[in-house]
Amino acid sequence: MATQQSRSAARLMMAPAVILLLGWMLVPLIMTLWFSFRVYLPMRGGDQGWAGLDNYIRFVSSSSFWPSIQVTLIIVGGVLAITIVFGIMLALLLDQPMWGQGIVRILVIAPFFVMPTVSALVWKNIFMDPVNGLFAHLWKFFGATPVEWLSQASLQSIIMIVSWQWLPFATLILLTAVQSLDSEQMEAAEMDGAPVHKRFWFLTLPHLGRAITIVVLIQTIFLLSIFAEIFVTTGGAFGTRTLTYLIFQRVLESQNVGLGSAGGVYAIILANIVAIFLMRIVGKNLDK
Amino acid sequence: MARTVTTNRKLINTLIAWTIGLLIFFPILWTILTSFKTEAQAISDPPVFLFFDWTLENYAVVQERSNYMRFLWNSIIIAGGSTVLGLIIAVPAAWSMAFVPSKRTKDILLWMLSTKMLPAVGVLYPIYLIFIQLGILDTRAGLVIVLMLINLPIIVWMLYTYFKEIPGEILEAARMDGASLKDEILYVLTPMAVPGIASTLLLNFILAWNEAFWTLNLTAAKAAPLTAFIASYSSPEGLFYAKLSAASTMAIAPILVLGWFSQKQLVRGLTFGAVK
Repeated sequence: MATQQSRSAARLMMAPAVILLLGWMLVPLIMTLWFSFRVYLPMRGGDQGWAGLDNYIRFVSSSSFWPSIQVTLIIVGGVLAITIVFGIMLALLLDQPMWGQGIVRILVIAPFFVMPTVSALVWKNIFMDPVNGLFAHLWKFFGATPVEWLSQASLQSIIMIVSWQWLPFATLILLTAVQSLDSEQMEAAEMDGAPVHKRFWFLTLPHLGRAITIVVLIQTIFLLSIFAEIFVTTGGAFGTRTLTYLIFQRVLESQNVGLGSAGGVYAIILANIVAIFLMRIVGKNLDK
Repeated sequence: MARTVTTNRKLINTLIAWTIGLLIFFPILWTILTSFKTEAQAISDPPVFLFFDWTLENYAVVQERSNYMRFLWNSIIIAGGSTVLGLIIAVPAAWSMAFVPSKRTKDILLWMLSTKMLPAVGVLYPIYLIFIQLGILDTRAGLVIVLMLINLPIIVWMLYTYFKEIPGEILEAARMDGASLKDEILYVLTPMAVPGIASTLLLNFILAWNEAFWTLNLTAAKAAPLTAFIASYSSPEGLFYAKLSAASTMAIAPILVLGWFSQKQLVRGLTFGAVK
């Protein structure tokens, strides 16, 4: 049993981590909140006093706000749909008996380890370039006109790049869940003559429910803040400016810190809505 | 009873799985292949797959032009430093949470996780300002600190889930035999925790290596790691596919190898123990 002494030792051992994270969370957060109520233009006169709610109102009423929300949702939604549908299919496939399973697993997981700047640049140039890209060669081979991917189908292209990066994550987690499926139950259903699609719908899918929820929540948190993929490919042009990118531009490109900070507060609120759901699931799991 | 599978079925599975696996891996494979081509072959139409004049020239050019080693060194210091520092801070914390749990342990764990949800862009300017004030903008030390802080919740969580699996009775027995707290951690716990610590180290090294928001925004010339080195290829001049591929291959190769070792830990580390 824990003694009084070990309790205070435990507190002492936890202290550095707790204090550091508390500082990391509170200091910038308070600064962002403070700036969001100020007229603050570092290159044009610095801090010029109170702005009240001006920054919040201006950020939302700017013509680029709603499109940025829309773009963010399309990218997050698109990537989620693709990674989960293909992730389930891949997980079920990888669970089947085959030769060289380990190697296939490695091949499928590999994209997750590729640096975001690398995958964005490689896709942009070597695959999606309208003149020299591999896709252009392929299109020409079939007699079609090459597509200017990142300007004509910019959103689809970015969704594709990001999905490629995140498919391994979804597959791996879903595979872990598939492997814990009760095989006796499955066999019983099979003997009772339940067809494949019914077994999938009534046994596999409900079993995967939890894993799917977790994939959705964790990916959403990461996807809401994707940056490098847009920074490197389109730089926010051609209708690919997400909320994250819009805030980045306000703060660092147009050097309007007050306005950008108000945007930052909106982003924090958005992320927290998702986070609350994730925490509930993780928290429940801790009790077990 | 294990289900018997016909060889035929297994053959079909194998074919489909390998085709899809290779398709997903193809962009990486193609990049690696392109890095050994000449610039002309890299864009030739129809593309050449394997039968070209293999050359190492691109690697030499990239190294010469941009001093690849400096970026590599920065990446190693930043990713390694932030991971090791994070472990030093997280091991005692995770230890105390796993073995001396209190009513608030769960809340603290969840709160730590919640700091991970803070969107980086929301606090970009404050961090930028603090960095300027402290004179650590574009320094490796600055990035070590930031990456340590963003990965600290994951490190604590991973260690916590590993420590949780170590039976507490062993610690009690050691205590009975008169082991001090220090002995307990050093001689009893650590040997049992080494595999967990190693996988935590590996995964967080990978995450820090690939981090591309803070590394792009807080570095310029001096402390820029490989993420920034690659991003510098986004405004190209002339033919550069083969050189880009060589640079990319050099940036991802070390991590691909490490990644293959850590694939099992990936699930645990990134789902905070919610999927095992």
